[in-house]
Amino acid sequence: MDLSFTPEENAFRQAVRSFVQSRLPADIQKRTLEGRKQTHDDYKRWHRLLYEQGWGAPTWPKEYGGPGWGAVEQYIFEEESAAAGAPLLSPFGLKMVGPVIYTFGSDAQKERFLPRIRSAEHSWCQGYSEPGSGSDLASLKTRAERRGDGYVVNGQKTWITHAQYADYIFCLVRTDPKAKQQQGISFLLIDMKTPGITVRPIVTMDGGKEINEVFFEDVHVPVENRVGEENAGWTYAKFLLGHERTNIAGVAVSKRELRRLKHIASEERKNGKPLIEDPAFAARIAQVEIDLWALEITNLRVVSAEKEKRAPGPEVSLLKIKGTEIQQALTELMMLARGPSALGLLNDADAFRPAAAYCNLRKTSIYGGSNEIQKNIISRTILGL
Amino acid sequence: MDFDLTKEQQQLGDSIQRFVAREYAFEKRKGILRSEEGMSREVWAHLAEMGLLALQVPEEHGGMGGAPIETMLAMNGVGRGLLLEPYLASAVVATTLLRELGSPAQQGELFPAMAAVLAHDEPGARYDLTQVSTKATRAGDGYALSGQKSVVVHAPSADLLLVSARTGSGVSLFLVPWDAKGVSLAAYRTLDGRRAADVTLSEVRAGREALVGAEGAALDVIVSVNDVAIAAACAEAVGALEALLQTTVEYSKSRKQFGVPIGTFQALQHRMVEMLIHVEQAKSMSYLASLRSDEKDLQARARVMSAAKVIVGRACRNVGQEAVQIHGGMGMTEEFHASHYFRRLAALELSFGDTEHHLEKFALNSAEAT
Repeated sequence: MDLSFTPEENAFRQAVRSFVQSRLPADIQKRTLEGRKQTHDDYKRWHRLLYEQGWGAPTWPKEYGGPGWGAVEQYIFEEESAAAGAPLLSPFGLKMVGPVIYTFGSDAQKERFLPRIRSAEHSWCQGYSEPGSGSDLASLKTRAERRGDGYVVNGQKTWITHAQYADYIFCLVRTDPKAKQQQGISFLLIDMKTPGITVRPIVTMDGGKEINEVFFEDVHVPVENRVGEENAGWTYAKFLLGHERTNIAGVAVSKRELRRLKHIASEERKNGKPLIEDPAFAARIAQVEIDLWALEITNLRVVSAEKEKRAPGPEVSLLKIKGTEIQQALTELMMLARGPSALGLLNDADAFRPAAAYCNLRKTSIYGGSNEIQKNIISRTILGL
Repeated sequence: MDFDLTKEQQQLGDSIQRFVAREYAFEKRKGILRSEEGMSREVWAHLAEMGLLALQVPEEHGGMGGAPIETMLAMNGVGRGLLLEPYLASAVVATTLLRELGSPAQQGELFPAMAAVLAHDEPGARYDLTQVSTKATRAGDGYALSGQKSVVVHAPSADLLLVSARTGSGVSLFLVPWDAKGVSLAAYRTLDGRRAADVTLSEVRAGREALVGAEGAALDVIVSVNDVAIAAACAEAVGALEALLQTTVEYSKSRKQFGVPIGTFQALQHRMVEMLIHVEQAKSMSYLASLRSDEKDLQARARVMSAAKVIVGRACRNVGQEAVQIHGGMGMTEEFHASHYFRRLAALELSFGDTEHHLEKFALNSAEAT
């Protein structure tokens, strides 16, 4: 048992660190470190710089143009990127549809889509949830009827993050309404410019426009845009949900945000002294810091098991639950640290808005399989209940 | 970076788990609990035979010289089996103190099978290890010790007490037989069924040969060994937590109400998942505490120990309370093992600094570090 990194891993960390330090644009870095929102252009610019370095798809195997990093290297990359203030890369192409395509897609799909995901030419979004299908995803109703050389898609998807920027959407659609729920679903890749698609923003309580409704009205999708077999989409969807692993806990970003919380708490004053010296508030910071430390070790246990090629299992659900609880606790404490002045910041688009972040981060325990769904998974698969 | 055990470590871990399962069944433990001494000499001898009492013993005396991972594995077993013998107090704490401070003659005489306990805490000290009012004054060729020590767990069954006392400006450590003249024990049971005592020392004579280490040099070592104790206590807690979670999950699968196992109710499933998360986080911090228990940077080590004790302490409380709740009335009884785990976990939370103590210490330590 040994928690230290090997000399090779430390050299790798150094290489990532110098790259990020020299290439990350100062304005993007400043926005991240001050907790302000990134624009879509920020993500793209950073992704392109990584692409030029050969790191456009950090989690992909060499075969598909990735750097072929193992779990530990991926972990170090995420850690160094987050610490330096690099934006998170959009997960929809890189961590979701990309692995589905290189695992189950046709050669033509691999050739057409993978290079464009890697180079940031294409942005993707995820068409899973529907108004009536949230946690019970398999009840989805968006219909795809086979007609000639393609499908005609009708229905509505919702909570689609960054649909307004996306070139493509990967969708779960019902191709066999008579089959049992999970068995009549297919996985389609749909060009967002296809006639019949309408994107309508959903304004969230923080004033943000991240998420959208996407309507499909007689949208024609060529059959070659179906991944794998017809009616086998649920298998690919489950694969996708289990694929995002090493970084699901968001430890690296939370460590950065913890530093920001401490910075805010040292600026604010209470009873004439820095808030960070107030015993009650200091104890709350200490508690979240300790929880995060324990989660970091738990995460390393999972990464290390993955390195040994022992497939990570349902413990990923544990990382998701605890990771999102900590992310939420951090935004809550940043808001509380600002005190009454946190009330006034909601309308200033350019400033760090702790109250807006507090509101926005409530999403984390809802998305990606709500934390209650994660508990159902753990209960069934680890506890055997 | 890896979390793997060596083959030898794996074997050691397996052997203690087997020992606990075979020789420390719950019914047998009940007998030991009821016995006069509250511990089993036979079990103690068996632990010695297995080499488990020698993990902290220096190599020249046939030990392993302090083996953090092996100690963790031993403590996992002690926790799972709810061992009543003074393993933590004697084989970890007292033995480490003697390794660090004891003379070759003292070590030669006492290692490895001694049962000794540290008598350090005093009334009102509340986890502050620097508060020592017991005095050792020069008397003839040796010392005379007077003062009070509180909640010395295992004192009634230990062969020897390691008593800390002020000598001039420093703190010194003395070997005192529990039946020495002037030592009086007010014995009682702790909440988890162990024999403990408040110890009053009135002009207890101790010769120069009873002094452990140089005069006035004990406090730093006592503080340092407390970190080793925290790592061991965390590992014991992990063993008990895992056992209690397992037994709770099994109970929920067999206990039926409304015609179905109560483990099918989501209200209970999610609570057991929370318990599991506590156990896993506790295990992570127990690994970290053990790996860093010989860290030379004392402030960094103190941070690790406080963080570990906070995570483990909260796990002890959550898992203990939820286990009793899910066991229902059975969880309240003396007869059933859940309540014994509950009590041991509560005792571990209160030992070597409770959760609030370490949270505050960590917060202060952080403020200084930034």
